[in-house]
Amino acid sequence: MARSSLRALPLALAIGLAAFSSSSQAAGEQYFPLQSYRVGPYAAGGTGFFGGFIDYLQYINAKEGGVNGVKLTWSECETEYVVEKGVECYERLKKGLNGAPAAATNPLSVGIAYATLDRSTADKLPLITINHGRTDSTDGSVFPYVFPLQLNPYSEVSAIINYIGQKSGGLDKLKGKKIVTLFHGSPYGKETNPILELLAKKYGFQLTLLEVPHPGNEQQSQWLTIRKEKPDWVILRGWGVMNPVALKTAQKTGFPADHIIGNIWSNSEDDAAPAGAAAKGYVSITTHPSGTQFPVLQGIKKTVIDAGKGNLADPKRFGNVYYNLGVVNGILNVEAVRVAQAKFGAKPLTGEQVRWGFEHIKFDEKRLKEVGAYGLLQPLKLSCSDHEGGGAVRFQQWDGKQWKVISDWVQADRALLRPIIETSSKAYAKEKGITPRDCSKES
Amino acid sequence: MFYLESGQFATAYRQDRRLFRLRQQRIGLWLTLLAAYTVVPWLGNDYWFSAILIPFLVLSLAGLGLNLLTGYAGQLSLGSAAFMAVGAFTTYNLVLRLPGLPLLVGVAGGGLAAALIGVLVGLPSARIKGFYLLVSTLAAQFFVQWALTKFSWFSNDSASGVITAPPLVVAGQDFSSPLGRYLLTLSVALPLVWLARNLVRGELGRYWMAVRDMDTAAAVIGIPVFKAKLLAFAISSFILGVAGALWAFTYLGTVEPHGFDLNRSFQVLFIIIIGGMGSILGNFLGAAFIVLLPVALSVLSASYLAGWLPSGELENLQKIIFGALIIVFLIKEPDGLARLWRQFAARVRVWPLRY
Repeated sequence: MARSSLRALPLALAIGLAAFSSSSQAAGEQYFPLQSYRVGPYAAGGTGFFGGFIDYLQYINAKEGGVNGVKLTWSECETEYVVEKGVECYERLKKGLNGAPAAATNPLSVGIAYATLDRSTADKLPLITINHGRTDSTDGSVFPYVFPLQLNPYSEVSAIINYIGQKSGGLDKLKGKKIVTLFHGSPYGKETNPILELLAKKYGFQLTLLEVPHPGNEQQSQWLTIRKEKPDWVILRGWGVMNPVALKTAQKTGFPADHIIGNIWSNSEDDAAPAGAAAKGYVSITTHPSGTQFPVLQGIKKTVIDAGKGNLADPKRFGNVYYNLGVVNGILNVEAVRVAQAKFGAKPLTGEQVRWGFEHIKFDEKRLKEVGAYGLLQPLKLSCSDHEGGGAVRFQQWDGKQWKVISDWVQADRALLRPIIETSSKAYAKEKGITPRDCSKES
Repeated sequence: MFYLESGQFATAYRQDRRLFRLRQQRIGLWLTLLAAYTVVPWLGNDYWFSAILIPFLVLSLAGLGLNLLTGYAGQLSLGSAAFMAVGAFTTYNLVLRLPGLPLLVGVAGGGLAAALIGVLVGLPSARIKGFYLLVSTLAAQFFVQWALTKFSWFSNDSASGVITAPPLVVAGQDFSSPLGRYLLTLSVALPLVWLARNLVRGELGRYWMAVRDMDTAAAVIGIPVFKAKLLAFAISSFILGVAGALWAFTYLGTVEPHGFDLNRSFQVLFIIIIGGMGSILGNFLGAAFIVLLPVALSVLSASYLAGWLPSGELENLQKIIFGALIIVFLIKEPDGLARLWRQFAARVRVWPLRY
């Protein structure tokens, strides 16, 4: 029975060990384990994001010789966005590379993030879920090693409602307005419905929630309902093919694209462009504008791309939404290392020390200009209890060819969301038997 | 020479009915078990436990479940992942909603719920067979996933639909460490393998094989065909349900409906096709092939080829090699790896003579 497979084990072990031990010492480096995905259905996002991330790390190495002399190093492991592959990669890479300790993991996948959440906490390795992930992990007292940086799903809808309020001339003008939310029929799509209901009650707008079953390539009935309702705004909480189909169907049923607001997974070039002319005027949120005009991107272009070391196979994608998210993610990771080095000394740091760095990141206007990311990255301040930090988005409009940023940073009502997040994190702590940290005692 | 059966005579019926009639097989089995409980924990590290051995064991168990249904009873099914999902979610809800319920009882409950769904899904097998049955089990695959997403009660109204496993405590012992999770998985899987091995040699197993080979003939000689089919669905789904619970609890630590999609069903099906239909050992070989080979390829290419090729192309290259290997194996041995093993064993029996 189990005999033969276990007999094969020593052989497999030998192969594995041979592979692991073929290494040379490289102390004095800080390592980033990259659970990247370059094949499979999400490759467009993965290659862009990890391309931007790697290029930024190369840029820091080339420009400054690493962080305070500590070179940054990385290696990739393909996850294909598949949870168990991500777990395998996590386990393979978490120990560091040739003696260089791992700083943080950045799987950019909700499923992998969930599956490695407990492991990260046990291994004391920060888990970065930029713009996505578990909303209640914002509460760093219960989730000490998880960082939904910039924007969690609750802040996302709150910011959208605030923007609609701005457009209507004040939040008090929302009363009596009609807002339809078209959401993807998945846990992701439903996640923010309770928050929308709460906001509807608070501001007195009329909310209609319409579900689009996965994958959403047929939305005639939903948009006919929308036509009957005649809403002032439609919030599109889509994913993949659902987005262009929604825009096309909206055009067919005569709903204006400039009153549709796409969320964080409906905001890339790939969501708008396939809809062709129907997408013109479509508005969506973004945590970081696309474009190459920022000093940090110009720096990357000069030192990395023009030197022929760029990570992107297709240089045309330089500066697109996914790439810039990778750059933003790189800036935040490197800043955490930098902040932590100020406390623990300029040497390779453990995950626990980098965690301290993340919790003390402070990006104000001055610091943003120093790293050349003013306008690209939002002002951000993290702490022991706040692992999100920002909660602001900008709005962009599709002009038929590309996104144009049309607003300044619009802040979510984070004070309103905090109690809901804490209720949820407390329940999680109770379920898992976690004693929350006392953040007033953390330095 | 070492594998000779000469001189081994059964002197009692009991001996003739043993699972392993050759002394060498028995010794090998006990040594393997001993190694699995002592040498492997001693040699292995966290990476091997949590990234290789646990998924290998769980997928072997899942393969075993499907193999009883498809390999032995001849009923094609693409609903394996659905039964795994039922097992995982039932276990989660049982442990959550009945505080104090031992984890293993919860896992068994998950298996029973999966068996129930399995019987329901198996009902059409009374009328249809082959590819038509395959399609009707496909309905289960989609329905279960839809239901688990649609009704948030199943995931305890968790906003994201992803639920995390409760602490792994059995009989007051904490099994949360990678080694503990490995031992727990092994200890749950082994009795089921033993049960399956007995089943397929018993009356029911022979019914199944008769139904598989020709159900009309089976009916003519008085085998209750429908009952045998339904039992195959029930027992197969039970094992798949337990495998699903283990997948969620001891391996990933999270459960989400998306993790049990059609691809998982295909994966289990490939395990039994590559490992060998109608073989217990084949499930382990197939799972090893499916789990270990891609990881080995990935580790090897990361350490020897990285830097030579762009990482995206490296990944595609691995896929090409993996696919080519599957084709080669299936051309060399359409009956699966288990058959290769059997041929090897037959050779070893007479070695160093030729026959």
